[in-house]
Amino acid sequence: MDWMNAIIQGILLGGLYAMIAAGLSLIFGVMRLVNIAHGDLIILAAYLALTASMLLGLHPLLVLLLVVPMMALFGYVLQRGILNGTLTGDILPPLLVTFGLSVIIQNALLEAYSADPQKLDSGVLDTASMTMGGISIGILPLLMFAVAVAVIAGLQFIFYRTALGRAFRAVSDNQDIAQLMGLNRRHVFGLAMALSLAVVAVAGIFLGMRTSFDPSVGGGRLIFGFEAVIIGGLGNLWGTLVGGVILGVAQSIGGQINPGWQVLAGHVVFLLILAIKPRGLFPRMTD
Amino acid sequence: MTAILELQNLSKSFGAVVIADDTTLVVEQGEALGIIGPNGAGKTSMFNLITGTLAPNSGTIRFMGDDVTGSSAAQRCRMGMARSFQVPQPFGGLTVFENALVAATQGAGMSGQAASDHCLDILERTELLDKANTVAGSLTLLDRKRLELTRALCAKPKLLLLDEIAGGLTEAECVSLVDTIRDIHKSGITIVWIEHVVHALLAIVDRLAVVDFGKLIASGEPKAIMASREVQEIYLGIEMDEVGHG
Ligand SMILES: Nc1ncnc2c1ncn2[C@@H]1O[C@H](COP(=O)(O)OP(=O)(O)O)[C@@H](O)[C@H]1O
Ligand SMILES: [Mg+2]
Repeated sequence: MDWMNAIIQGILLGGLYAMIAAGLSLIFGVMRLVNIAHGDLIILAAYLALTASMLLGLHPLLVLLLVVPMMALFGYVLQRGILNGTLTGDILPPLLVTFGLSVIIQNALLEAYSADPQKLDSGVLDTASMTMGGISIGILPLLMFAVAVAVIAGLQFIFYRTALGRAFRAVSDNQDIAQLMGLNRRHVFGLAMALSLAVVAVAGIFLGMRTSFDPSVGGGRLIFGFEAVIIGGLGNLWGTLVGGVILGVAQSIGGQINPGWQVLAGHVVFLLILAIKPRGLFPRMTD
Repeated sequence: MTAILELQNLSKSFGAVVIADDTTLVVEQGEALGIIGPNGAGKTSMFNLITGTLAPNSGTIRFMGDDVTGSSAAQRCRMGMARSFQVPQPFGGLTVFENALVAATQGAGMSGQAASDHCLDILERTELLDKANTVAGSLTLLDRKRLELTRALCAKPKLLLLDEIAGGLTEAECVSLVDTIRDIHKSGITIVWIEHVVHALLAIVDRLAVVDFGKLIASGEPKAIMASREVQEIYLGIEMDEVGHG
């Protein structure tokens, strides 16, 4: 039963990793930018939710309605104000600038909130659970997984069924031609970052309700996000969900064997998959 | 007649390579202008300057009376300029229909059903309708060329720039392409067409301009231009049989 439990907890945790990964892979897919600050932005969103929910006395899930648009707006401004200027075709400038951003966010959070671990108070959700076949499943992890699936489905819909998604794919395909077709690449990139940070906001709030966080933990989330993207195969959103689940289950089973092996087990499975299938499990068909 | 496009004293060079040498050219509304010249003369570069992918060193570009020299490629497209590429450049990961939709929604500012209907209509005219759901990256050369034309038309251009769209086609394919372009021109769209397949060009254009070493060396009535000494000199020994078709 313990094993079954570990696997189910791992699957549900995978939803969080998939959300982290989806925002990361969206940005890489559209503008070939590796956002080193992605994990810190998640923690920033968690702190924003903490402040908002304390000031307004609202449940963290309600605060989503506030933090998601705030982060999206921040993403648009960040992209148009700073990141667009780094996209010169060279891979190094965006890496350096987002690394700098990561350091700035961490230090700003440290200054504003101190290094004390914080947690979003999800009230009764924190302990609520249901029992299925002798296994107790927390309502919060279940909700988190359902939201992750909805986020992935939503992104999939935007990407393949809307004008915005077509603009993302056209710019990702060939920026110069997209410009000649009337697309303003700077604006499209801004919208992509806005969407990515909207997903980051959702991920940050669920992360904050599930575990405690402090300003320094963003980097670890970034690694999990990278691993989920790569396990699933670049450019495949459902693959990213599977990647997140595999990573979550690996960590959960590792932790079941020996509590100290949790993170290590995730990395080992990641390396194994990379060794066997260097392009991930479900690489995109074209190119 | 009013001018739709005016190039005034346009110059551009890459180091020692001059691709536009004080070029002044006026294209009238509704005109079909052909451009010929040897490889490397700067014809494609002229399109790059007109559409805004290349900035001139000096000179101005006016489109429908407005100075667009400083406008972005995207702005010029939305104002009514569209081009096809000599080497087709589809969005390879998008379907043919999605390629068309990008131009219709972004370039022409259309949306919803109107955009879809417009694209389907153009796809039918360019004989790509049966491949609407094919991923553009897997198309043959002919279909890629058709997609170039489709995408440009879907942006609802007032000025259509065609770059060697007939190159590499069979005689039959070329005839059907010429028919399509004639229809487009008749619908009121101004056309500037760079082409080596001179007989295709002469079937459409009202005027012919000759470019060499970035310089506009002649412009006028097509038959007279083809017979002129400048053209005979440039084309001496190259593609004389094609020229002869005209
Ligand atoms: N970005 C560039 N940098 C340097 N040289 C270029 C560039 N673009 C074009 N050229 C050169 O300019 C000349 C004109 O090219 P092009 O306009 O493509 O000629 P055409 O279309 O008439 O065959 C060629 O010699 C080409 O090598
Ligand atoms: Mg050329």
